Amino acid sequence: MIPISYYLIFAAALFCIGLFGVLARRNAIAILMGIELMLNAVNVNLISFWRYATPEKINGQVFAVIVFAVAAAEVAVGLAIFISVYRRRGTVSADEIDLLKW
Amino acid sequence: MIPDMILFILLAIVAVTSALGMLLSRSAVYSALNLVLNFGTVAVLYLLLGAPFIALAQITVYAGAIMVLFLFVIMLLGVEQLRKGSALPWQQTLAIISGLLLLALTAYVIFIRPMTLPQVSPTQLGFGTPGAIGEILFNKYLLPFEVTSVLLLVAMIGAIVLTGKREPKTKT
Repeated sequence: MIPISYYLIFAAALFCIGLFGVLARRNAIAILMGIELMLNAVNVNLISFWRYATPEKINGQVFAVIVFAVAAAEVAVGLAIFISVYRRRGTVSADEIDLLKW
Repeated sequence: MIPDMILFILLAIVAVTSALGMLLSRSAVYSALNLVLNFGTVAVLYLLLGAPFIALAQITVYAGAIMVLFLFVIMLLGVEQLRKGSALPWQQTLAIISGLLLLALTAYVIFIRPMTLPQVSPTQLGFGTPGAIGEILFNKYLLPFEVTSVLLLVAMIGAIVLTGKREPKTKT
């Protein structure tokens, strides 16, 4: 059996790569992709903890299913916002979407 | 044990490399395709962990639905590459520092705390099937399930409202 810490380190690496993407990319759609990567890393953590801590119950997988649904909802709303922003401002660069900045 | 380890290491390398490729590729379409590869390898990792239903949901929901939505929007807007603009100074450096800091912190916590988890019994047949998950989802977790469905409905209405054409109003 692979030690659980390997899975945790792997998930942490994915999460940090996603975080870097969110912080450093200028394309708003790429930022959304980074958020997806972070949610995915959280799912790896959930499943591996379920597998190693309480494998006789199946509850851990239910949380992962709910995270899937949340990710789908988040992407739908986020991409709709970017389409709307692109219609109004003609760009999806995160630096130029600065209506809330003064 | 040994084949599992080899498979895990290979999958981890592919997944991390494709995640880095997602970051480093200039074109948004290549980023999305790298992310599809990443989601596929993570799905195989779920199979390795003994969660076939989650693995298939990962393929259909993430690599299928979500990434197709991403590609569709990228091609619809035509924003594969941003034009050169004024980036914030120090943004890349600060992002690298904070990412590495978080990684170092989590690695420290994972390795410094003793993992006292019980030994896992070998997976029995028919474990983690869609039937078993559906049973617990519709009995014990019925309320969260319904709340999730309301969340999806709200997201759908929100997306329709946000992208719908509206008559240009005069400014008040």
